[in-house]
Amino acid sequence: MLVHVACQMIARTDELTHADQATGDGDHGIAMARGFEAVRDQLGSHTYQDLGALLKAVGMTLISQAGGASGAVFGTLFVGGSRNLADKSTFDSGSLASFLGDGMQAVQERGKARPGDKTMVDALAPAAQCSQEMAAAPLEKAIVAVAAAAGRGEEAARALVARVGKAKTLGERSRNHPDPGAISFTIILQAMAEFIVDAG
Amino acid sequence: MLKSKKILNDPRHVVPELLEGVVAAAHGRLALVDGATAVVRTTIAPGKVALLIGGGSGHEPLFPGLVGDGMADGAACGHIFAAPSPDVILAATRAVHRGKGVLYLYGNYAGDNMNFDMAAELAAQEGIVTRTVRVWDDVASAPPERMDDRRGIAGDLLVVKVAGAAALVLNDLDEVARVATKARDQTRTMGVALSAGSIPETGEPTFTLGADEIEIGMGLHGEPGVTRGKLCTADELVQEMITRIIADLPFQAGDEVCLLVNDLGSTTWMEMLIVARHAHRLLRDMGIVIKDTQIGSFCTCQEMAGVSLTLMKLDEELWRYYEMPARSLAFVKG
Repeated sequence: MLVHVACQMIARTDELTHADQATGDGDHGIAMARGFEAVRDQLGSHTYQDLGALLKAVGMTLISQAGGASGAVFGTLFVGGSRNLADKSTFDSGSLASFLGDGMQAVQERGKARPGDKTMVDALAPAAQCSQEMAAAPLEKAIVAVAAAAGRGEEAARALVARVGKAKTLGERSRNHPDPGAISFTIILQAMAEFIVDAG
Repeated sequence: MLKSKKILNDPRHVVPELLEGVVAAAHGRLALVDGATAVVRTTIAPGKVALLIGGGSGHEPLFPGLVGDGMADGAACGHIFAAPSPDVILAATRAVHRGKGVLYLYGNYAGDNMNFDMAAELAAQEGIVTRTVRVWDDVASAPPERMDDRRGIAGDLLVVKVAGAAALVLNDLDEVARVATKARDQTRTMGVALSAGSIPETGEPTFTLGADEIEIGMGLHGEPGVTRGKLCTADELVQEMITRIIADLPFQAGDEVCLLVNDLGSTTWMEMLIVARHAHRLLRDMGIVIKDTQIGSFCTCQEMAGVSLTLMKLDEELWRYYEMPARSLAFVKG
């Protein structure tokens, strides 16, 4: 599943680059592609004893290979999200909720962004909320709902004014532009949903 | 928009290749860190407080060009415009550490803050003590009441110079951090861009400006600035920049300062000298005493055209450290 996520992220490099050029420095797409290419290669050549080890390894690779704020934030999402999944071997709705809940807490501690600051947290927070509500539902239903929640969060963030990250100095000029990190987070969840629905 | 021409090999290898150039030009005084995009001095004395700087690449000669005797002990370098990762910073930390702790000194950006903080946590697990000072000299990037939202730009040079000298003389990490903090707090910068730089990997400009437009408060990474205006005369531009800088600290008659005129990438010496001329006139008329003037390319954003002006207000201590000898690729003194 994560290989599919990595391939989707790499495929959408240009879209992310253009979104970042509007409000940032234009490197987010390149960084995410660099990070997820390393993730894809790593997943193809390693096996992991449990879900926690897998997600942590993905996060560490993103931190070291993507670099910048993108690597730190998305790497922290996976490392933080792996915290309580050390004994799990299958990815179900409960582990999705655990991953997003712990991941969001870690991202907020690291980056100090809150919902409403026009960052990826604006897509992550509604997704994490939705995942808690769907924790007992079948995975294919939960993941679709969670991905949709992330997408709605990303769309709502377009109307916001940036308060955290490089776009914050734009003030009002950041309004009506999408947040590149929120798009990336949504791509990750959409790719998970595609994979799970296709597999189911 | 035409893609810009650059003299490159594989664009993915720009960072290691430029660092090899920095090391080559240092004739044995600098070395690469194994397995990391970082350069360090080869003659760091045992028991010295270490100064580690760093940030995204693409702003050369910042940051590796500020590593040298009397300057920084090492620089951890990221990809183009992206903070170095914690493992690069940690490798550089180990390489500069001489038992007295390491001061992290870098520009205030979310990516740098997160990655240096992660490295600091990892260093602490290895028993290496670190302190952090973030440079936030860019007046245009946030109002004074949100000082810690401001970006670090060309003022990095002056703060690194002072901190580098302090780290040679003082043998206590907290004391070096105190001096670096004071230098940071007395430094203000204002930039203006005339045209954009471009990312080597894509060749595309990070923004576009009309033929007669300028962008006040341009970010060093090519982030859009705070306001756009029409291109005016050099004197009018300098007046606007100096006025904003002076009002911010504020600088007052009788103050002694260093002036830095920095090229953002492709501005000519002719233009920088014309800017320096009027900055001197305005400051003299305000009764501000310029004790040193630096002009050059220190802190750039690829081929961005434009300049920034930086003032650092001096006291006896800052001036003493500023005047000490220094030898690095980008900055030589004494």
